[in-house]
Amino acid sequence: MSTVMVADEAEVTEKRETKGTTRRDGRATVSRDVRETVGEMRVEEPRMRCDEINVWYGNKHAIRNVSLDIGKNEVLAMIGPSGCGKSTFLRCLNRMNDTIVGCRVTGRIMLDGEDVNSPRIDVVPLRAQVGMVFQKPNPFPKSIYENIAFGPRIHGLAHNPQEMDEIVETSLIKAGLWEEVKDRLDQPGTGLSGGQQQRLCIARTIAVSPDIILMDEPCSALDPIATAKVEELIDELRQNYSIAIVTHSMQQAARVSQRTAYFHLGDLIEVGDTKQIFTNPRHELTEDYITGRFG
Amino acid sequence: MGSEQPLEGHTVRRFDGELNQLHLLSLEMGGLVLNQIQQVLTAMQSKDLQQCRMVIERDREVNQLELKLDDGVITVIARRGPVARDLRAVMALSKIVTDLERIGDEAARIAHICLAVYDNVRSDPSHLLLRDVHNMGRMVVGMVRESLLALDDLDGVRARRMMVEGGDLEQEFQAGFRRLVTYIMEDPRNVGHAINAVLACKALERIGDHARSIAEYVVYLREGEDLRHSRPEDLSHSGVLEANARGR
Repeated sequence: MSTVMVADEAEVTEKRETKGTTRRDGRATVSRDVRETVGEMRVEEPRMRCDEINVWYGNKHAIRNVSLDIGKNEVLAMIGPSGCGKSTFLRCLNRMNDTIVGCRVTGRIMLDGEDVNSPRIDVVPLRAQVGMVFQKPNPFPKSIYENIAFGPRIHGLAHNPQEMDEIVETSLIKAGLWEEVKDRLDQPGTGLSGGQQQRLCIARTIAVSPDIILMDEPCSALDPIATAKVEELIDELRQNYSIAIVTHSMQQAARVSQRTAYFHLGDLIEVGDTKQIFTNPRHELTEDYITGRFG
Repeated sequence: MGSEQPLEGHTVRRFDGELNQLHLLSLEMGGLVLNQIQQVLTAMQSKDLQQCRMVIERDREVNQLELKLDDGVITVIARRGPVARDLRAVMALSKIVTDLERIGDEAARIAHICLAVYDNVRSDPSHLLLRDVHNMGRMVVGMVRESLLALDDLDGVRARRMMVEGGDLEQEFQAGFRRLVTYIMEDPRNVGHAINAVLACKALERIGDHARSIAEYVVYLREGEDLRHSRPEDLSHSGVLEANARGR
């Protein structure tokens, strides 16, 4: 896969030019016909490295040759129109697609030196290490305390009740929920507000000490205030975790992420620093989408 | 799908209209300030004090257009949250408006100078004393016109060309300044008119700077490249020569 980068002219000259690329005063403007990724897919300190990922749902080729790193302590936002494959790609990262009949994934997703698609990998600890927060808050129909304690218990992370209490408290503090629920830990998680439920789900993910947190439109069911709290939380979590977030809100991607990846009809079209993507995207498809000229 | 018209093609068409409206207003303001410069230069040449007063009066119109455009910019930012080339367009137009308003101020300043020069107290200045004002004035009108044409077409290549070929006003000012000092040394009675001529030349030099700044923002709008504080040799290397080679 060839890449077109923008830097000084000497650097540009060294790069192979993608078919359909025109050079405009030292900058590349990539035509809509080009489906090869523009921008730097690799980072200096990758926490997870994806190589040539392809996904099929039966005969439908849902994702084509996507290579992308998720960096240490970064928030990577994935944007794109519906059906572009961003959620499918996210679900590959902790093998959530395994549960879908007819879904086939190829390529390598390296985490700690091992391919997560390797048959040797047990998906239960994998999904603890690569946790997921979904679009709709989905607390268990149990108490707030049990919602958090469930994961650490099945993974054997607490050796006594005191340790479990500590995990529950720490997770709720990290999720910014402790002060709001510390006096009602025995009440059902489903009784919380939508925003609180989503933060409870994030606390539940944190409780099993993940390295990477995947978020699939985590704020789409929340009001603006709850959204702001979750976004603030994402920024804090970045200090300790790597986060990949799929969002339909471009403003949210611009607000929370350090890098942004734009998907289009199963192709990773462009990836780059969020500031560059939202001020000076290089691919015409990216620009069409983020400026509202798409469709 | 993306349009070749840089401000159009949005799914929400009203956004196209709002951006085009900002563009049109900036052109209207540009046309007005260009006319202000031309009027004041003609007035100085023909000793038309009424025209000078009209230029001063019309500066209010320029200021009103600035307020209107600023209001439009704030509205677009608040309602549309522009990004990428839309964001660059809004920011560039906002900056261009400031430059245009300052060009208007400088034109009014020259009008005030003209009124001071022909005050009917002293004798009128000789043609030689105002020669540099007229020469610089011609250059400045050309520069402002070129930058406004680049703004009209949103043509980054034309804007780059204007920056390279627009002329060196600073050098003109220094040369004029030396000549005027010579006139003062020849006859100290020239000192009042010579100082006014220097002030007018300085105002014209500043207008030239604003014209160049407008061209820089047109390049930024179209290409995302920030050329402020760049050296002339960088400009010719990165843009105009390549553009000429492509016949654009």
